[in-house]
Amino acid sequence: MPERLIEVKDLKVQFATEDGIVRAVDGVSFELARGEVLGIVGESGSGKSVTAMTLLGLTKEKNTRFEGEVLYKGRNVLAMNEDELQEVRGNEMSMIFQDPMTSLNPVYTVGAQICEAIQIHEKTDKRAARLRAIELLKQVGIPNAESRVDNFPHEFSGGMRQRAMIAMALACNPDVLIADEPTTALDVTIQAQIIELVDRLKDEFNSAVILITHDLGVVADVADEIVVMYAGRVVERAPTRKLFYDPQMPYTWGLLGSIPRLDRPRQERLHSIKGTPPSLIRSPTGCKFRPRCPHAFDKCMEEPRLENRVEEPGHLDRCWLSVDEKRRLREATIAGEEEAA
Amino acid sequence: MATESTTDFSLDSAAALAADEGGAIEGKSPWLLAWRRLRRNYVALGFLALFVVIVVMCLLAGPYAHHVAGTGPNDNHLGETFTRGGKQVEVVSKGGFTGGTFKAGGIPVGPQLWHAGGKYVFGADTQGRDVAVRLLYGGLNSLKVGIGSALICTLFALVLALIAGYYGGWVDWVIARFFDLIWAFPVLLLAIALGTALSINGFHHFGISIQSGSLWIPTLVISYVLIPYIGRPLRGQILSLREKEFIEAATAQGAGGVRVMFSELLPNIASSVLVFFALIIANNILTEAGLSFLGAGVQPPNPSWGTLIADGQSRIQTAPWLAIIPGIAIVLTVLALNIFGDGLRDALDPRAKVRIEH
Amino acid sequence: MLAFLVRRLVGAFLVLVAVSFITYLIFVKIPGGDPAPRIAGRLATDQNIADIRQKLHLNDPFYSQYWAMMQSLFTGSLKSYSSQLNVVQEIKRGIPATLSLTIGAGIIWLGFGILVGVISAVTAGRLSDRVITVLALIGISMPVFWLGLISRYLFAEGHPLSFLPDGEYVGLTVNPWQWFVHLLMPWTVLAVLFIGFYGRVLRSNVLDTINEDYVRTAKAKGLPPRRVLVKHVLRNSLIPIVTLFGLDFAAVIGGSAILTETVFNLRGVGQYAADSVQSLDLPPIMGVTIYATFFIVLFSVVVDLLYAWLDPRIRPT
Repeated sequence: MPERLIEVKDLKVQFATEDGIVRAVDGVSFELARGEVLGIVGESGSGKSVTAMTLLGLTKEKNTRFEGEVLYKGRNVLAMNEDELQEVRGNEMSMIFQDPMTSLNPVYTVGAQICEAIQIHEKTDKRAARLRAIELLKQVGIPNAESRVDNFPHEFSGGMRQRAMIAMALACNPDVLIADEPTTALDVTIQAQIIELVDRLKDEFNSAVILITHDLGVVADVADEIVVMYAGRVVERAPTRKLFYDPQMPYTWGLLGSIPRLDRPRQERLHSIKGTPPSLIRSPTGCKFRPRCPHAFDKCMEEPRLENRVEEPGHLDRCWLSVDEKRRLREATIAGEEEAA
Repeated sequence: MATESTTDFSLDSAAALAADEGGAIEGKSPWLLAWRRLRRNYVALGFLALFVVIVVMCLLAGPYAHHVAGTGPNDNHLGETFTRGGKQVEVVSKGGFTGGTFKAGGIPVGPQLWHAGGKYVFGADTQGRDVAVRLLYGGLNSLKVGIGSALICTLFALVLALIAGYYGGWVDWVIARFFDLIWAFPVLLLAIALGTALSINGFHHFGISIQSGSLWIPTLVISYVLIPYIGRPLRGQILSLREKEFIEAATAQGAGGVRVMFSELLPNIASSVLVFFALIIANNILTEAGLSFLGAGVQPPNPSWGTLIADGQSRIQTAPWLAIIPGIAIVLTVLALNIFGDGLRDALDPRAKVRIEH
Repeated sequence: MLAFLVRRLVGAFLVLVAVSFITYLIFVKIPGGDPAPRIAGRLATDQNIADIRQKLHLNDPFYSQYWAMMQSLFTGSLKSYSSQLNVVQEIKRGIPATLSLTIGAGIIWLGFGILVGVISAVTAGRLSDRVITVLALIGISMPVFWLGLISRYLFAEGHPLSFLPDGEYVGLTVNPWQWFVHLLMPWTVLAVLFIGFYGRVLRSNVLDTINEDYVRTAKAKGLPPRRVLVKHVLRNSLIPIVTLFGLDFAAVIGGSAILTETVFNLRGVGQYAADSVQSLDLPPIMGVTIYATFFIVLFSVVVDLLYAWLDPRIRPT
């Protein structure tokens, strides 16, 4: 049994804003063990980034309220003070952000920014930190790492910057690597390379990865388990194979329908989910997906619980439809026939 | 469980984050949103009220002089007396021996507030003129120059920026170099040079005739030297707007230059123009005061807050109110405009970086 | 880098030519009529006027008039007509006082401006931020000459709360301590406006930078808040401040410094121009305007180089 690193229990994150209270995360739970890759998937506004940042305590601000627990090796991150958080950040859990263009400080060299992370957590001198930085840049596949280490971020291409970000995140051998949309800002050809890199380094560094994305296709090959989020909630959670072969939630079908696939008959065009994500200030009553769901019925006015409804034990969802109905309806949705009808 | 956070960051960051994550927030007109924000900013509205009160008081300079103080802004009362509590008081002391002690002469009477029935509320100056009356008339002149030059300056800068931004090419080049050139001069020194050169004979070119000593001279001088301070940022905004699709769309639909400029570009920079206007009045009142203080602005005997301070400078020890009172008037007016301008900017576009450089 | 410098210098030279030509227009052409008696000023004699006519080639076409004016400025033969003193020499005489005033005030306003801006941004929304904001707004709303006058009235020798000498400039080489003491009040007065202004600019820069992605990255690395603030937030927020400082420092010589010198009777370059306003003595104003503008234009080249050095993104390679 691999060591359990992260346990999130009924996490709620709320922001007070000018327009009202934003319930960005509303009762999210999941676990992560060493060596695993967990995919968190959802549209923008589903609360996945807030969840990720909360794991590192980065959402702690004056106008934020938390409920629930985020346990890292049994210690509650939400209850940690600033000093304890600093010890965890970058050292035990580290993070890669969406836009490598803006996530590196333009006025320092890439090497200096990697060294900074090393020197703050490990008592090493400058020379040792620099050698380690070069080593890391080599590991993430930057050519000529010895000279590139002294380049400024603007002298790197987008893909190289994201590699540098990964090098920086891995600098102190963290247990958990959180990648928040690490490929969204990159070219399609580079996306696959970066995901593959993260997957390979996870084994080399013996860590666990949380991979956040709006694109199910990105996590399909690497994730062990997938959590689908909608309007701050988990709406479906299953091992990756199960989620792809037997998706239970109409929202997940929509996400699946928006991936181009070779094993299906050629479609006229890709299916997309109609409508926009709900306001997190005044969210709809009942099932949050109801206003956009083509299969909604009276029962959906009451919100379903996240529970196991299929034979597979680890597969949870929030949908009132019976399993048989779901299996019948989803074929149509994913194949995009409904669109044509 | 609920956890209190410890880090100190602004509400904005969380609001931005929430907006990113928060999906659709209902659309409202930007002007309505701005008005809603401004209406809640009581400090800004309070200072706007203060500015309005100052303007109204200055506008009432004539009636005040005539009915309350009973004198004009340039009427000398040297050697005269007035009554306070049944006693005769010299407006400007004659000096000499009284009761065996020597007193220096030429010292004007200090602020009487309401003890002399509305006369010499803020005292008299060395020529026996009523300071309160001169303060109001001077304020009127300072405000005329400040607001007038702000209007002219903003208007010219706006038109030039629109033309430069819309036509681009060599037109833009010429206008941009014109801005650069005035920008290169130090503001006050250029204003002094122009003000002095114009105060000799006035201005008689291109069919325009302005007499020396006219208020138009400081007004035009100040608006001219400050044109690039508004024109340059506005031009920058318009250049970036031009790249936007809706301008292309309007052009593609056959909208002409003037139409694109006024119905597409102008509404998008209107909020910046408004904020610039409020802040540049404040700036111009300060510039007028500096110019007049040096003698290159409003010409005596015409009063302005700057000339009043200049007059009081040499009497700062014996009659400090002469310099202090007009200074306070300037500070209150400029402060009111600055605070209101700030509130206006925050209300119109919290992220805007509109400001006047000194 | 060299090409950048050369391009910048050529540009600066063209601006200087244009600036001098505008100055020529202001002093010789705008007022209209015969400029000779006007240039000579109120106190001129007929002989002066005849001299000017000849010297400035007033009967020749405008370009030789312009050339003659430039020549008299740069060969140092331009003379004031109220005092008959050589303008270039008088300007040189005022330079130490002007530079002492502006450099000292610059150091004060930059230092305190940064301090005030950082405190204000870090405590944004709290009492200290509000107090600073109010004081800064009052600071930028005060006419500098009035503040100078009031400080002299309150604090200078022979006045109610006397503890500093009353104006006048003492050379640094003559008596460094007296130089310092005499300049302390003018420095503070001149700096007040800019402290308020810089504090506000830096506050908003810092609050903007705090929301940058790279600051979030720095926090995610586990850096202590102080280090995040100094190395990531401040380092980036200060870049525009440095540029602003360079431009303001040059501009203040032809701006607020004139008023400050006049109020404190420091006998600097600015006061030399200001004193000439009363007698409508144009040559000193013309000389100071051209020299100050030249200084500003050249200084802006230096600022550009400094900016390129501070921000690697625009560093020319």
